[in-house]
Amino acid sequence: MSASQLTITQQAAALRSREVSAVELAGAALAHVEAHDSRLNAYLTVTADAARQQAAAADRRLREDGASASPLCGVPVAIKDVLCIDGVETTAGSKILKGFVPPYTATSVQRLLDAGAVVVGKTNCDEFAMGSSNENSAYGPAGNPWDVERVPGGSSGGSAAAVASGGVAYSLGSDTGGSIRQPAALCGVAGFKPTYGRVSRYGLIAFASSLDQVGPFAHSVRDCATVFATIGGHDPLDSTSEASPVEDPLASLDAGVRGMRFGVPKEYFGAGVEPGVRDRVEAAMRVIESLGGSLEEVSLPSTDVALSTYYIIAPAECSSNLARMDGVRFGHRVDASSLTDMYLRTRDEGFGPEVKRRIMLGNYALSSGYYDAYYKKAQQVRTLVAREFESVFTKVDALVCPTSPIVAFRRGERSDPLAMYACDTMTIPVNLAGLPGISVPCGFVDSLPVGLQFIAPRLEDAKLLRVAYAYEQATEWHEMHAPMVEATA
Amino acid sequence: MIQVEEQLDAVLARYQAVIGLEVHAQLLTRSKMFCACSAGYHDAPPNSHTCPVCLALPGVLPVINRQAVEYTILTALALDCEIPEFSKFDRKNYFYPDLPKGYQISQFDLPLSLNGHLDVLVGDEVVRAGITRVHLEEDTGTMHHAGDVLQSATSSVVNLNRCGVPLMEIVGEPDLHTPEQAREYLQRLRQVLVYIGVNDGNLERGSFRCDANVSLQQPGALGFGTKVEVKNMNSFRAVQKALESEILRQADMLDRGERIVQETRGWVEAHGTTISQRSKEGASDYKYFPEPDLPPMHITRDMVERIRAELPELPEAKRRRFETQYGLSAYEASVVTQTQDDAGTFETLASGVDAKIAVNWFMGDVARLANITGVKLQDSGLGVKGLVALLKLVAAGTINGSIAKGLLDELYATGGDAVQLVQERGLGQVSDAGELGTILDEVIASNPNAVNDFRGGKEAALQSLMGQVMKATRGRADAKLVNTLLRERLG
Ligand SMILES: [Zn+2]
Repeated sequence: MSASQLTITQQAAALRSREVSAVELAGAALAHVEAHDSRLNAYLTVTADAARQQAAAADRRLREDGASASPLCGVPVAIKDVLCIDGVETTAGSKILKGFVPPYTATSVQRLLDAGAVVVGKTNCDEFAMGSSNENSAYGPAGNPWDVERVPGGSSGGSAAAVASGGVAYSLGSDTGGSIRQPAALCGVAGFKPTYGRVSRYGLIAFASSLDQVGPFAHSVRDCATVFATIGGHDPLDSTSEASPVEDPLASLDAGVRGMRFGVPKEYFGAGVEPGVRDRVEAAMRVIESLGGSLEEVSLPSTDVALSTYYIIAPAECSSNLARMDGVRFGHRVDASSLTDMYLRTRDEGFGPEVKRRIMLGNYALSSGYYDAYYKKAQQVRTLVAREFESVFTKVDALVCPTSPIVAFRRGERSDPLAMYACDTMTIPVNLAGLPGISVPCGFVDSLPVGLQFIAPRLEDAKLLRVAYAYEQATEWHEMHAPMVEATA
Repeated sequence: MIQVEEQLDAVLARYQAVIGLEVHAQLLTRSKMFCACSAGYHDAPPNSHTCPVCLALPGVLPVINRQAVEYTILTALALDCEIPEFSKFDRKNYFYPDLPKGYQISQFDLPLSLNGHLDVLVGDEVVRAGITRVHLEEDTGTMHHAGDVLQSATSSVVNLNRCGVPLMEIVGEPDLHTPEQAREYLQRLRQVLVYIGVNDGNLERGSFRCDANVSLQQPGALGFGTKVEVKNMNSFRAVQKALESEILRQADMLDRGERIVQETRGWVEAHGTTISQRSKEGASDYKYFPEPDLPPMHITRDMVERIRAELPELPEAKRRRFETQYGLSAYEASVVTQTQDDAGTFETLASGVDAKIAVNWFMGDVARLANITGVKLQDSGLGVKGLVALLKLVAAGTINGSIAKGLLDELYATGGDAVQLVQERGLGQVSDAGELGTILDEVIASNPNAVNDFRGGKEAALQSLMGQVMKATRGRADAKLVNTLLRERLG
């Protein structure tokens, strides 16, 4: 694959012009993994045989009826290892699920497969999607294609790195508190978290059920829209999935931002934001103005408590969601002489420190006597956070801000959990309110990518993509490729 | 037994027993509570009725069984509960191998229904027992241990066929004061659930299960005494026995000045006592919180009214109607309305013949035959319509009662047409005074001793003479007429 064939749109065109076959694209993607993944560690499982079969089927489909085939037909994709695929080992980056092979496929992945997608493999992530650097993976951290000594962000770091390295045109990740947008920012690609409930969670190994959302990484906003149009929409297997039809994001993609009002949340430009990141984001705002959008400062006063609220709700839900990893029916088990010992030793060996920390936090917050002070209070603050967004969105069409306060850092540089949690200050409130958010590249600091985040009201995913597309098309940041891509090209 | 009853009466004269019952009833839905697996788990090979959802594999999600929600609302309406507009599911978190998710999806603070009641007839007193709430949850799997209990078992196996079967919990107020009231309450509740078709009422197989909370209140004391939870009672008799035993045990402790420990005790049928299972002092913290995988339920008033319209006539209303409409005694009405089936059978009988005759036959010979053969009238060769035809022959005087009984026994097993048989076999009643007169004269002439005895005041001698007449008519004589004619002739 060459750098000129990095996007879904380009690959779809090349497939239809017979310039390349799906089998060749799959071969190139697999060769890329072969060449780079020993350093990048973006993949936990490579599904080469299945990929070649899917590619061959896609070629047949394209030959028979290329015109009506999905733009995703024959295009290779990488899937975060929290999404189940029938017959493919799925570990969620955890030792406790080592060897677990689900007998079902996540709805989002199934919709890609139905469209003719070619799954190259399962990507590395922080254990059970808990982390902001990929360093919590039980299978070693993934590297950042811009500098493999640096983290790709997390938790969907492998999915971000797989795209940023030029190996695949797109990938799926999951975003509970920024796990798509933050690694997209750190790896210099587009990462889209749809409105909560827009993409089915069926088959997504749950971290925090009320916050989790599946979404794409890609080199362009158009590709994100294409993937979203395929995976979005109601699923009877997920009772929390939105019943209303999805507005076609491609229809209005190039409608521009002229006359649109953009809110700049002042709380998202606090002391934690690196000066370089601030500069790049401010430059991006000038671009928006040049496109006819207007900017105004807005306030989201609960931003500082949103982080704490998240670190009560998400661990509470995860403490319960992870209870099924008990060694009884699947995954890792340590045999012991009593049931309690079996539970304790299985979970002690199976879970890593960050997961254990969150299970303990969650159990504490839900304990009798603490429930009102923590969990219940957190739910109230969550409502408040959502109301503040609603109120701001009566005045503006979308919000613009940094995705991450910092650029990619070196592995091991942030060992303090609280410092790590602070990476997600601008992404977490979006999950608490169930809003759609997207990160697009907006420049570099010391040759490391900076991400620009747009946020839109609930269910206005199409508007969000249109805004991000307008910005992206007015700049060239999305066309700058990581050194790894250049090496392959 | 008499000893226990006397002891109990003595104790209940000194202490007020306070009993609250919690019933778990499996719903007769086709599929499980949150997945498409069959809910009929009995007799299926272990773990054959399972899927990724009820096995709690990572990544799967529950989907609410609408029928189970409707059955719960139907039950709640039958128990006069309020149905709030909003309800939700919560997670009850604890670890056990028969609970694969590590939490049970149940309802905590917003159950489907609240504040109902059930009227229970105990002796001739109506006891109104409050229903705190009826909520919906899912059943657990089952475990088999090599050894007595899990803790000392050398190995254990889990069967998840039952896991996820819809389970309704009916929490009663502590309004019951004797073991007898408790038993009657459970029987009445079971009857209602079976009547409305939501539960099969099978205690032995555990589709209808009961736990009891029991405390004793000292005279003049404020508030309730320390509550003990009693489990493992799988028959109505066991409930009564367990409660009797537990009340006596608590009274004995209180009499000796000991403190009742708040705990869970299991009824051991073989020993006739309850034994301590676990102390509540180290009670589990279930860390309830709203189930994030299921949105809250909005129960519209339209839905409630639609379900209310499906409520059949309940046993209590039917019993009262049978008393007034058919002139049955309270006892007769309650026997006849025991099940929907029985009540239906009775009404069919009563539509053909006099209700009094219908109830006598239904509760007498028909009940006897059903008992002996294990076949209900409606499933017998005779059938309900056949019995109506037979009873019509009696009512019309075509055959007499004893001929009819003989025919009932025969037709119950083999089936056949009563009218035709009576004709074929010449079983028609002899009620012609002239024809009977000749036979009577012969009987009087050939039994001088009996005649003398009767004239001498021995009433029993008349029976012997009547027997002779019946013999001569092969049982077909109209007994009433024979009695009158004999008295005339011997008077
Ligand atoms: Zn199932």
